[in-house]
Amino acid sequence: MPIQVLMPALSPTMEEGKLSKWLVKVGDAVASGDVIAEIETDKATMEIEAVDEGKIGRIFIEEGTDNVAINTPIAVILADGEDESAIDEMASNAAPAPVETPTAAIEPAVTETSVSSVVVEADPEIPSGTEMVSLTIREALRDAMVEEMRRDEAVFVMGEEVAEYQGAYKVTQGLLDEFGDKRVVDTPITEHGFAGLGVGAAFGGLKPVVEFMTFNFAMQAIDHIINSAAKTLYMSGGQMGCSIVFRGPNGAAARVAAQHSQDYAAWYAAIPGLKVVSPYSASDAKGLLKAAIRDPNPVIFLEHEMLYGHSFDVPVLDDFVIPLGSAKILRQGADVTLVSYSNGLTYTLGAADELAAEGINAEVIDLRSIRPLDMATIITSVKKTGRIVTIEEGWATCGIGAEISARVVSEAFDYLDAPPTRISSEDVPMPYAANLEKLALPSVDEIVVAAKAVCYA
Amino acid sequence: MATSRKASATKSRSSTKSKVATKKSKARTTNIFTPEQDIDAYREMLMIRRFEEKAGQMYGMGLIGGFCHLYIGQEAVVIGISMAINEGDQFITSYRDHGHMLALGMDPKGVMAELTGRRGGYSKGKGGSMHMFSREKNFYGGHGIVAAQVPIGTGLAFSNKYLGNGAVSVTFYGDGASNQGQIYESFNMAKLWSLPVLYVVENNQYAMGTSIARASSNMDLSQRGASFGIPGEKVDGMNVCAVKEASARALEHCRSGKGPFILEMMTYRYRGHSMSDPAKYRSKEEVQKMRAEHDPIEQVRARLLSSKTSSEADLKDIDKNIRAIVAEAAEFAQSDAQPDPSELYTDILIELDA
Ligand SMILES: Cc1ncc(C[n+]2csc(CCOP(=O)(O)OP(=O)(O)O)c2C)c(N)n1
Ligand SMILES: [Mg+2]
Repeated sequence: MPIQVLMPALSPTMEEGKLSKWLVKVGDAVASGDVIAEIETDKATMEIEAVDEGKIGRIFIEEGTDNVAINTPIAVILADGEDESAIDEMASNAAPAPVETPTAAIEPAVTETSVSSVVVEADPEIPSGTEMVSLTIREALRDAMVEEMRRDEAVFVMGEEVAEYQGAYKVTQGLLDEFGDKRVVDTPITEHGFAGLGVGAAFGGLKPVVEFMTFNFAMQAIDHIINSAAKTLYMSGGQMGCSIVFRGPNGAAARVAAQHSQDYAAWYAAIPGLKVVSPYSASDAKGLLKAAIRDPNPVIFLEHEMLYGHSFDVPVLDDFVIPLGSAKILRQGADVTLVSYSNGLTYTLGAADELAAEGINAEVIDLRSIRPLDMATIITSVKKTGRIVTIEEGWATCGIGAEISARVVSEAFDYLDAPPTRISSEDVPMPYAANLEKLALPSVDEIVVAAKAVCYA
Repeated sequence: MATSRKASATKSRSSTKSKVATKKSKARTTNIFTPEQDIDAYREMLMIRRFEEKAGQMYGMGLIGGFCHLYIGQEAVVIGISMAINEGDQFITSYRDHGHMLALGMDPKGVMAELTGRRGGYSKGKGGSMHMFSREKNFYGGHGIVAAQVPIGTGLAFSNKYLGNGAVSVTFYGDGASNQGQIYESFNMAKLWSLPVLYVVENNQYAMGTSIARASSNMDLSQRGASFGIPGEKVDGMNVCAVKEASARALEHCRSGKGPFILEMMTYRYRGHSMSDPAKYRSKEEVQKMRAEHDPIEQVRARLLSSKTSSEADLKDIDKNIRAIVAEAAEFAQSDAQPDPSELYTDILIELDA
């Protein structure tokens, strides 16, 4: 039987791609391992190889075609002794390749909430009439680093694959070209070592931006983050300031299982001597990262892989800096307060839309800063709504929601009309299987149910 | 910058050389296999290659999610070692683990079904490509954190010595991993306590996009145990005979109570680091040259044909059989059910009997 070549998925987040080039033509013999085509994915240009031996029988998708969905048949390879007629026979038998819903790989909970549903209240940080430009989070983060590096010679970036490879998630794209290898430093795989080295460089007067490929790997380095970076100012009676940013993706990516999917916000938020930031939008990512780099203290900057490619409006301003420590109201409402951060807001905003359709107006708060925590904004909202649901990708036990609930109960007890409620990941390590992963993460439905419950609706 | 790093690498290499008596590999490229061994090696290496090609294809179809690291090009390393181990010896490695599992005789169906996250997978679908285990076959994972398996493998050796079971822990890690501090902490304890652990560095020249020259001050990874007094040797990891011969000697060293040994396997991965790596950090010519001149499977194939041990038709038959096994595994991995939702909450703690 002729073998169909299907448009391949080439990254955990790819849904479609461009068939940029064919390297073979009809009639060419191919062996397994031969490169037959080039495909542009959401991240890079990749080559695809033949896995079977034979002859190219037909090409279905011409080169240069955009938006080819994964699993679309792109060509047919004929085995020894087969000719064109086998292709037509195959077509009439019409049982194309074994196809399971290709989106299985990317299913986990990133329901594409359209960003326009965010009813941003006139943002006090952005002067009215400011020109806006649409940027992805990835670009906004890069721009923040570029601007701070131009502004201050002491700022440098280091981490695994940040320079020549342009970042494992392409956040440091172009930095090496502009600033050279003195200021954009590829490290060996040695997190404990380079985190400690970064702390030493900060004691020595530099301003390191240390990228962890993901925060899961910062576990190797957590001793230096906590024992060295966070505590030394205190132990030295105020002499040893440590101006350093530890940044990178945090939380659950797609289908990478327990060791690569964890939200560390609550871990770092527990530590006096650290500041912890975790933005949702691109303008916050930019403004907060600039503030974090300027801050004289160690700042943990938690990004999210699932958000890197999302676009948002970012103000075109010479120096857009958002002070650390303030939450932001993404959507006003009087019925229930929903509090979240980072990718938790993807589910939260989706839930707010659904609730609105049912006549419940949720007020959505984006924490942005996890430590210090902007309790004033939360308390003001709870005094208005009398109800609060917290949403996080981390675990509930000793989590961000637990902390907020405790403080709401002690600071606004008399205003509460229902018990504070927490939505979080299930109390299990992150499973790999698509169906279990979905069950483990928070969902729009769970938030809707919880919000209605506290509204007694 | 790159040149000065290289210069210092050579300098530090020669300065550590005299410290430990080490046998330099004596270019053992001669065939030391019997025809039967050659056929076995051929079959087992081809099994890994076909399995990995299938996995790559299924990833492309969206049937496998997350990260998937293929072993194509490195087959001779695990097969050569598996031909030298004793029953009971353990393997432990990183996330690039499919080949190790097949080499230990784990069922391709169970491995493939774990890749697709189904209930018949070795971890019931909860671990995925990077995290698989089999107590029965002495495979201790499958670890996603670079170098974390090295102290754990050293701990397996500790238990071997403690229990006096005569087993050696074969602990694999990459050239990139060899810069993690925990490896040196492990080396010290392993030598201090004469633990039966064989450290196998799979030097495939790259850690993601970083070549060994850009990450390592001393590129001779076989000598990284020098300051602890651990002997080491560089081996042509593309030559399955050389791998088997060197590991037989090294395993004997570990088993006889002399403590750890380091084998640096010079090897190469043909594919990108994981499925989403376009591998722009190396030239096509470099990959093509490796494939054309050093392919571990081709080497054995050429030998089988030139010695007339096998005919083209014999080898085609072997390939056909392997393809059938792989196709069956792939079929199972697609038809097997997803885990039951209740599995979300199992295996977190072992329940005590009431
Ligand atoms: C502690 C830690 N840091 C970073 C990573 C991300 N990472 C995964 S594989 C890899 C490269 C490892 O290269 P090497 O040890 O040479 O093994 P190879 O992939 O070549 O088999 C990196 C940096 C990780 N998984 N764990
Ligand atoms: Mg490597």
